[in-house]
Amino acid sequence: MTTSPPTAALLEARGLAFARNDEPVFGPLDLALGRGETLLVEGDNGSGKTTLLRVLAGLLPAGAGEIRFDGAPLRREALAGRALFLGHQLGLKLDLSCIENLRHFVALYGQRDGLTPAAAIDQVGLAGYGDEPVRRLSAGQKKRAALARLLLAPAELWLLDEPFANLDRHGIALVNRLLAAHAARGGAALVTSHGAVSFVDPSARHLCLELRA
Amino acid sequence: MRPGSTAAACAAVLRRDLLLAWRRRGDAAFPVLYALIVATLFPFALGPEDALLARIAAGIVLVTVLLAMLLALDALFRPDLEDGSLELLLLAPQPLPLLLGMKILAHWITTALPLIVIAPLLATMLHLPAQAQAVLLAALLLGTPLLSLLGAVLVALTAGTYRSGMLLALMLLPLTVPVVIFAAGAVSAAEAGLPHLAPLLWLGAALALALVLAPLACAAALRIALDA
Repeated sequence: MTTSPPTAALLEARGLAFARNDEPVFGPLDLALGRGETLLVEGDNGSGKTTLLRVLAGLLPAGAGEIRFDGAPLRREALAGRALFLGHQLGLKLDLSCIENLRHFVALYGQRDGLTPAAAIDQVGLAGYGDEPVRRLSAGQKKRAALARLLLAPAELWLLDEPFANLDRHGIALVNRLLAAHAARGGAALVTSHGAVSFVDPSARHLCLELRA
Repeated sequence: MRPGSTAAACAAVLRRDLLLAWRRRGDAAFPVLYALIVATLFPFALGPEDALLARIAAGIVLVTVLLAMLLALDALFRPDLEDGSLELLLLAPQPLPLLLGMKILAHWITTALPLIVIAPLLATMLHLPAQAQAVLLAALLLGTPLLSLLGAVLVALTAGTYRSGMLLALMLLPLTVPVVIFAAGAVSAAEAGLPHLAPLLWLGAALALALVLAPLACAAALRIALDA
């Protein structure tokens, strides 16, 4: 658990732990994530990466410890609209097209200026698939359609659960490009990975979760 | 940066759910066919005697509509829970109870409204007198949204459990007893030529209460369901 505390962290956790039925899932761990930083959470299957992200997103209550977001204790209302969570389940409706799915997302989360769902679809390499029902896309293409949300939503904090899964080389490069642009804008990102995919950004800090036997 | 307004978000949720129902419009026919078949079974079982059927017609239509709605209720939040859409909805910078209210409205439009449309057909088939049919429709228009709202709370409560269909039926059916009593009471009063406004007003009062409270309860229950 190696993190250096930078100044004015956007997201900060101290002694954070989570247990399910009295069995510890992860922690206690400390982490601090500043603006413009990317933190890669690594760990084996079952080490609690997804659970950590769900706790930080406010979907699960933390078992112990405290989380601070932008200097104040984490509250769901404070996080809403400023954080974007991308989970294993992509939240795409199979019977709707990519564009229809993204339009729905934009209506809920807002839209960055100068970008439309159609333009975002083109930028994630799905040009020509915008009107295709998501059902007909491959697993990697579905992932790209979900990644288009990262372009569209004006969120400062990204919580990405295995964003590299199912993607080809170009897709992995795309995620790295998105992360670099986000960091350059001053955004913070927490990314989980089981370690099989090489993560190219050398400046990113790493947080290792150990499997608790 | 332009944050989405609440009205736009509500409209988007309603539009998406209606669009999804339209894309799978074959599924919407199932509750209607089910209600048609169940209501047809009664004359076969009881015999085609006009007076007997007319006396129990309102009850048959009400219970049939209730059971058909129960059949479709599980699909209210489950697909969203399974494909991750619910997490997106929960984390959106919008008031969750309002968004869930829109989902319940879309569900009512796609499942209950077709049943209300065929209700006069069922009632006529069972010889319900014409003067009672308008009251039956009014009772259904007030009673079915109430059932949708009550059902939504229970669906939200059982969303975390695996195969909750039977559990849902066991929890919801006792709660529907007052709805059935007031709705059937209004229709039988109309048949007998008695004042029938009071039971309808009771249904309306319950609906007003549920409209306010059920979406709030749904939101709280779904947040708990996602803990699992």
